[in-house]
Amino acid sequence: MTFVEDRAVVTGVGQSQIGRRIGRTGVDLALEAAERAVAHAGLTFDDIDGIASYPGPVAAEGGFVGATTHDIRDAFGLRTRWHVSGVETSGQIGTMLDAAAAVASGRATHVLCFRSVWEATAQASGRAAALTTKSARAGGHSEFRVPFGAASPANWIGMYAQRYMHEFGLTREQIGKLVINTRKNAALNPNAIYRDPMTMDDYLNARMVSWPFGLYDCDIPADGATAVIVSRREAADGLANPAISIEAAGAALYERHSWDQRADLTTMASHDATASMWETTKFTAGDVDFATLYDGFSYLCIQWIESFGFAEHGKVGPFLDDEDNYRLEGRLPINPHGGQLSAGRLHGYGFVHEACVQLWRQAGDRQIAKDVELAAVGVGGGPEAGCMLLHLA
Amino acid sequence: MAQPEGRMLPEVTPDSREFWTGGFENELRIYRCQACRQWIHPPVGACWKCRSRDVAPEVASGRATVAAYSINHHPWFPAFPPPYAVAAVELDEAPGVRLTTCLVDVDIAAVEVGMPVEVVFDEQDDVALPLFRPVTA
Repeated sequence: MTFVEDRAVVTGVGQSQIGRRIGRTGVDLALEAAERAVAHAGLTFDDIDGIASYPGPVAAEGGFVGATTHDIRDAFGLRTRWHVSGVETSGQIGTMLDAAAAVASGRATHVLCFRSVWEATAQASGRAAALTTKSARAGGHSEFRVPFGAASPANWIGMYAQRYMHEFGLTREQIGKLVINTRKNAALNPNAIYRDPMTMDDYLNARMVSWPFGLYDCDIPADGATAVIVSRREAADGLANPAISIEAAGAALYERHSWDQRADLTTMASHDATASMWETTKFTAGDVDFATLYDGFSYLCIQWIESFGFAEHGKVGPFLDDEDNYRLEGRLPINPHGGQLSAGRLHGYGFVHEACVQLWRQAGDRQIAKDVELAAVGVGGGPEAGCMLLHLA
Repeated sequence: MAQPEGRMLPEVTPDSREFWTGGFENELRIYRCQACRQWIHPPVGACWKCRSRDVAPEVASGRATVAAYSINHHPWFPAFPPPYAVAAVELDEAPGVRLTTCLVDVDIAAVEVGMPVEVVFDEQDDVALPLFRPVTA
């Protein structure tokens, strides 16, 4: 059994210029990423008949919505048979999974999926200002947290991390080893934002944001866009890259969409998404060659590690003690590009991009040396989670 | 409605009005299913557990325990000078039903999971925010 009857594949990926306060708009960046992805697949824009994005035109702080599907359709004059965006979906890749279903069911042939952010430029006056000045009153999902000073996901996710540390003895030093390894990988990625080596002292002594999270546990607002071409398998023959199969995908959320009511505070929606994914594939966690795991906060990567089953529930601390488990030359390299923590907050799509370029062996200096066929991609945090197994035999 | 300096007050909705205003009468009002007696938060017009539409605010004791916390060090709002403790507290009546809140009158170095706390209301404009402080014997 495979996802959407094995009819959807990835044929190309592309990224725009990535950086801090580079002064370009989110639309400009999305157009550049789209051009590169379409060319990378060996297609032209005349071949693109579907488009999907996250999150769509939602009210959000500065630069969070870099470009909508309408923006990109209009700019390039695309003639699409299918288009969608949405934020009420399974993590930032939710609509990419919908694109796979769309090509599998014949509603489109080649779908341009993208995510664009220009938060670094748009929030030049400060993230606190961006988070707290968008409206006079805290409504919607903010109503029951922001009035108490819990303005940031650092506060909400910090509470989850604290409870996990309390229950299982995870330490800041163990989290730090993951963060430092991520930075070490970023040094090999010319597009990563932070590439200087980080020591444990650097990590532990960094300014505290919301305990247990210090500065280096939090990703950094970035400017950049990522595009991924999802194609119907029959239409992928003869294109520029061998087709990458979406072997399995998980989108489940079995509890309320909430940041504080989940029954077990030491798990997240990632546990639901991965559980639903593993039910649909012959592969197991032991078959995975490497993983790209959402690390908008360091702890979210820890949740994905145990959600996929790379470590037992509660045992991620000991897993992190042994770098051979996750370093670039190790058993299961994690985030070879530097994750969002060091490569920039491209908001989910960066993990899909990295999984694909590694499978295609196009990752340059950071290419994983061993043969890689099966990648685990986990995207999202808290009540948001979507995951995939990408396979290139 | 005037916005007090340096903070964001909640946008009060028909579902949340009792929660945000009960404190003016020193009551912590939490929705409760009248069919299966499940406590529900945030307030909404149905019980997620049994799907009854017969839900209504009831007065909770205001006693709770800290389920998780994060010590915030970033100055998000002038009205919340860091450091301060953001916490998810579980109602004594309903373990698992949590309020995200801010702990007050507390030594932040002493905050721990399982710490007993009680509600104290912070009246701001048209709302009374349920904050929590340690229970002193």
